Amino acid sequence: MIAIVDYGAGNLQSVKKAFDHLGSSVVVTNQPATIAAADKVVFPGVGHFSSLRILDLNGVRSALLQAASAGKPFLGICVGMQWLFEGSEECPETAGAGIFAGKCQHFPTSVKSPHVGWNSITIRETSRLMKGIPQGSFVYYTHSFHAPVIEETTASTEYGPQFSGAVERNNIFGVQFHPEKSGDVGLHILKNFCEL
Amino acid sequence: MDNGRVVKGVQFKNLRDAGDPALCAAAHAREGADEIVLLDITATSGNRRTLLDAVSETARSLFVPFTVGGGIRNIEDAAAVFDAGADKIAINSAAVREPDLISQIAGRFGSQAVVVAIDARKVNGSFEVYIAGGRTPTGRDAIAWAREATHCGAGEILLTSMDRDGTKSGFDCELTRAVAEAVSIPVIASGGAGSALDFIKVFRDGSADAALAASIFHFGLENIAQLKGELHHAGVPVRWPC
Repeated sequence: MIAIVDYGAGNLQSVKKAFDHLGSSVVVTNQPATIAAADKVVFPGVGHFSSLRILDLNGVRSALLQAASAGKPFLGICVGMQWLFEGSEECPETAGAGIFAGKCQHFPTSVKSPHVGWNSITIRETSRLMKGIPQGSFVYYTHSFHAPVIEETTASTEYGPQFSGAVERNNIFGVQFHPEKSGDVGLHILKNFCEL
Repeated sequence: MDNGRVVKGVQFKNLRDAGDPALCAAAHAREGADEIVLLDITATSGNRRTLLDAVSETARSLFVPFTVGGGIRNIEDAAAVFDAGADKIAINSAAVREPDLISQIAGRFGSQAVVVAIDARKVNGSFEVYIAGGRTPTGRDAIAWAREATHCGAGEILLTSMDRDGTKSGFDCELTRAVAEAVSIPVIASGGAGSALDFIKVFRDGSADAALAASIFHFGLENIAQLKGELHHAGVPVRWPC
């Protein structure tokens, strides 16, 4: 059972629909107990980083951290991946999980913002999440803030600077792009997560 | 879409039936479309059910971005469209009448979910904004309005040249470039696509960030995959193969 975490900031239908399409058993929840009971956790974030403040109010933050440290496969999507870092310039007062080092920054003014549209990823071949995805594949991004390239980066994209398109360490995975909106490539990535 | 059927006209007139929205969308996505835009132009806006049903049906099998517009007048209309399965909404007339609507929707759903659609035609040397499905001139300058919409929180501008729409005589590169250079958000060119060369031109000369087409795909005149292949070979950064 995969728990898709609903923290009230946005529409999870697309994410749920993608997992339904892949035949996975999923439940959309904001209940810490349900998150704790799940085999895998998906944390889709959308909108402003500050909306993550809500996680602290209802015990979801600790449920997420516990699932991550218990070794359950954990996938953060978009703002959900940014949350895995220390924080974001978008809202300095809201702390990230601090699982990956670094803070998310706004794109420079040399490029249009938000970064909306398809862009290609340079993939690290040892990545489990990106298994079987051809080098240079396109995925769909829609964001104004980006996470830095770090040791655990498994996919990077160039838009102004190079930034992390995906990160992974042990059971914890993050993707800045929207796999549920990235056509067959995105569905393949989600299938890899389901098969972990 | 008009009363639940896909339609296409020339310069916003003489609409022809082009099929079922959900089937059309799925087919285009399979062929490699990067995004699907569904605009409801039904004159009588009273019954929103037809649109919402079409949105749900269409969203069901789409795994690429899906933008929906047409008759969205307030935040409740927008919320209903998101609930039905749209990733982004497009607003046009309602935004011109009440620019604050852009900020309201962007505030709740995020700027990335708000596309401001602008229909413009050349009048006396400058580009004038039209609303109400291209029927009502506003006296406003398209570039100035695009700037204001950006300031209000729009995530993207969908810019349609009324002069070129449906003509297959090429995008309006002058209009597109003027708006693209004036705003810091992505601009989607729309209106006039007839061939791969038109797309190449609007990216090179029009500074467009994206391009939308309807006629050439609805009536099977161009194959999306082939078109994108030509763009790729011409050096336009594009999702390829798709």
